[in-house]
Amino acid sequence: MTTTAVRPTQRPSRLIPRRPTKNRILAAWARHAVTIAILVIMLYPIIWMVDASFRPNALIGGNVPFTGPFTLQNYIDGLTPTSTLNFGLYFVNSFAIAALCVLGNLIACTLTGFAFARLEFPFKRVLFALVMGTLLLPYQVTLVPQYIIFNKIGWLNTFLPLVAPKFLAVDAFFIFLLVQFIRGLPRDLDEAARLDGCGNWGIFRRVILPLLGPAIATTAMFTFINAWNDFLGPTLYLSDPSKYTVPQGLAMFVDSTGQSSYGSLLAMATLSIAPLIGFFLAAQRLLTQGIATTGIK
Amino acid sequence: MTRTSTLEGRMRRAGGLLVTPERAAAIKRRRRRDNLSAFGFLTPWMIGIIVIVLGPMLASLYLSFTNYDLIGTPSWIGLDNYKRMFTADSRFLHSVSVTVTYALVSAPAILVFSLLLALFLNKGIRFLAVYRSLFYIPSLLGASVAISVLWLQVFGGDGMFNDVLRLFGIKHGSWVGDPNTALGTVITLAVWTFGATMVIFLAGLRQIPESYYEAARLDGTNAWQRFWHVTFPSLTPVIFFNGLLVVVHSFESFTPAYVISGGTGQPADSLLMYTVYLYQRGFVDYQMGYASALAWILLLALAIIAGLIFWSSRYWVYYGEDS
Repeated sequence: MTTTAVRPTQRPSRLIPRRPTKNRILAAWARHAVTIAILVIMLYPIIWMVDASFRPNALIGGNVPFTGPFTLQNYIDGLTPTSTLNFGLYFVNSFAIAALCVLGNLIACTLTGFAFARLEFPFKRVLFALVMGTLLLPYQVTLVPQYIIFNKIGWLNTFLPLVAPKFLAVDAFFIFLLVQFIRGLPRDLDEAARLDGCGNWGIFRRVILPLLGPAIATTAMFTFINAWNDFLGPTLYLSDPSKYTVPQGLAMFVDSTGQSSYGSLLAMATLSIAPLIGFFLAAQRLLTQGIATTGIK
Repeated sequence: MTRTSTLEGRMRRAGGLLVTPERAAAIKRRRRRDNLSAFGFLTPWMIGIIVIVLGPMLASLYLSFTNYDLIGTPSWIGLDNYKRMFTADSRFLHSVSVTVTYALVSAPAILVFSLLLALFLNKGIRFLAVYRSLFYIPSLLGASVAISVLWLQVFGGDGMFNDVLRLFGIKHGSWVGDPNTALGTVITLAVWTFGATMVIFLAGLRQIPESYYEAARLDGTNAWQRFWHVTFPSLTPVIFFNGLLVVVHSFESFTPAYVISGGTGQPADSLLMYTVYLYQRGFVDYQMGYASALAWILLLALAIIAGLIFWSSRYWVYYGEDS
């Protein structure tokens, strides 16, 4: 209690270990218990869905998870083409669209991000303000004319309205993310490359691009998630069932499903979130860092 | 300009005699050419911002003063769309009230939940990275149709939620089918995805220097005082940022209300979110002019709300002593 002598008003309890060690271990356990309890309640619907998707139709509902009996029949039924639904095709379509969106965003947003982070050009501040301005622009305000344009040029029932804009760097979030990341790279590297005779393209290609790993991974991941989950875009532009994406298929399925195919509906829903969970587990560090720096969801 | 001189200065320092005036001039020339080449890098973005963003924005402003069904030509009707909205369209007013209710309940709930849990997890808990990832999973999936489909089950008549209630002897019909509770289920879905906001709070909490807390402890403060005088002020920029994002996103939510109501806003229009109504008017009824007017009202409303949040931030957001 030496501090009480120095500062009589000090409450000594704050400067010594606050509780006996045993209680602290107990407190830590309690903290974990509360956290896990909240997580179980939150994630229970997903756990239930995964579990139910492996059960025979008659046995769905009211079961204790992980107790069986299990079957793959729902997945086989769900993926087998019927007169109205063809989930195998929807998965191919969804993957194709998401992959093209990722490619487009990576090319266009790295180019744009490099220009704003490293190059000098007239009206740079105004143009960057424009990027930031479009960050919070509600998409509805461009929706109708975009639809009219894509309709007029005959792009309905093609993937182009969903994919082409990505090659034109319309996702301001990723430009912002890449600008922030490139600004953090040391400028000495650019100057050294410039002395070695590199132009802007050379600096971009040989110096900056190889260092963009984490930012590129974050951009790719979020673009994939957004494209994979997108429901409004495909609903607007793809009305031919052979072009449907997985979310459209699920929405169709839910409107038409009866009790007999409930298991396959849950199986397809589970299968549709599997790539997201897979990518997330593979790259969760990058993702959570990305969210923390830019606020992307 | 300043960087050109820095470059030359650096080269003189590094290379000494190597940099002749001619060479410096050549470098300057190339630098100028490079500046022009910047627009090469910007070409995709410039095409995009004009063709996909600004052009359509202006077009939708124009269309909002017209009557246009996609087949004929737009006919100018002045402010009629806007007048009709506020005087003769009860579904519009209803969709505004549904959306405002949704935003007013879900946004504060998300902020409070995620902040409380971030504070709870921030106290040096082990496996934080694992917990953080697990809490993030709903945010990852929240916008997917799969989760909306799952929600139909969870809050359906024979759903999981009623199974739990039955344990307590409470009997209730379908929650998604009841006009009084349907919006509540969609709000629940939104609040369920609080993980992304929580991750940002956790990152913000980590930025607060430990020395602030030590100083506060030396002053004999209790935990509540430390929260109120250290944690909260230091976190206000993050709360501001999160608040802005959550509020704006809540006005743009579409998929859950659309899928859970089967695209109709039913039961009894209780799920007629603004975005769903806009979709119906534009792409079911093909009233392109009216839908554009709805979009511009949304833009104006969001601009005013964001402006108010920015304006208010002067009074409650703390950016440190020296700034």
